[in-house]
Amino acid sequence: MSELIKFIEKEYQEQVSKFPSFKSGDTINVHVKIKEGNKERVQQFQGTVIQRKNAGTNGETFTVRKVSNGIGVERIFPIVSPSIDKIEVLRRGKVRRARLYYLRGRQGKAARIKEKL
Amino acid sequence: MTSIYSADGRNVACTVVEAGPCVITQVKNADTDGYNAVQLAYGERKEKNTPAALKGHFKKANTTPKKKVVEFRDFRMEFEGGTKLGQEVIAGEVFKEGDFLDAIGTSKGKGFQGVVKRHNFGGVGQSTHGQHNRLRAPGSIGACSFPARVFKGLRMAGRMGGSRVKVVNLRVLKIVAEKNLILVSGSIPGAKNSMVILEK
Repeated sequence: MSELIKFIEKEYQEQVSKFPSFKSGDTINVHVKIKEGNKERVQQFQGTVIQRKNAGTNGETFTVRKVSNGIGVERIFPIVSPSIDKIEVLRRGKVRRARLYYLRGRQGKAARIKEKL
Repeated sequence: MTSIYSADGRNVACTVVEAGPCVITQVKNADTDGYNAVQLAYGERKEKNTPAALKGHFKKANTTPKKKVVEFRDFRMEFEGGTKLGQEVIAGEVFKEGDFLDAIGTSKGKGFQGVVKRHNFGGVGQSTHGQHNRLRAPGSIGACSFPARVFKGLRMAGRMGGSRVKVVNLRVLKIVAEKNLILVSGSIPGAKNSMVILEK
């Protein structure tokens, strides 16, 4: 990557380094700032990370999947987004691949991920 | 290209341009040249690779040989004590955040391309009903015994790209004064590390 682009992205990457490190398979809780009119509140989105894309750049995103009322919900967050308040890692998962798309076809017991101890 | 977040939390794609420091190498005015203009030079160039005539030209402005020389008509910037030869022009002085500018660059060369890519023709549109290997063909290029020729300027396959392209009304998102960087919204024609002209 060009030196100039690195220079521009540096300040955003510093912000990213404040987050705990997490990988796909981990269960995390993302605190998202939401603006409603003039008010700002924090919403939580808890689920399994199923992928991290474009790491090392400003374009990096991660996808969190959870099952809400029996319906699978996935949310994609840009990691440098100013609306992310905090990320908590609740559980480290032991998985064999970086993209856990196979979870989409599974339900209940089959969709479990072993914990990394 | 990269992306930054604006003050209202939007993610904006942008191009990072190193703009300057440029040096004024010639000042043209209505009396001597018939019009007002300023010639700016940018980028270092080896002395041994510079023709003698240009060496003299740069020496007159009291600078080192430069790579690219561009003339800007009706350069409206005001300097203390008037526009002088050898004056340094930096990004932050010309442009402000929120300004709109035009970017001129040489687009990336695409080689010999067909009409579908080069002129946005639709192609045949069908691969069945009697068609055979003419999916991206141009179709008819004219009538028969009258006019008995193909009109000039008819759009056909050929070399594409590598031409001068101007993109208008790009916004200045941010200026980094200490490194002479301008962050311009959207994309700019040309390959990475190529030269571009920014106009107000």
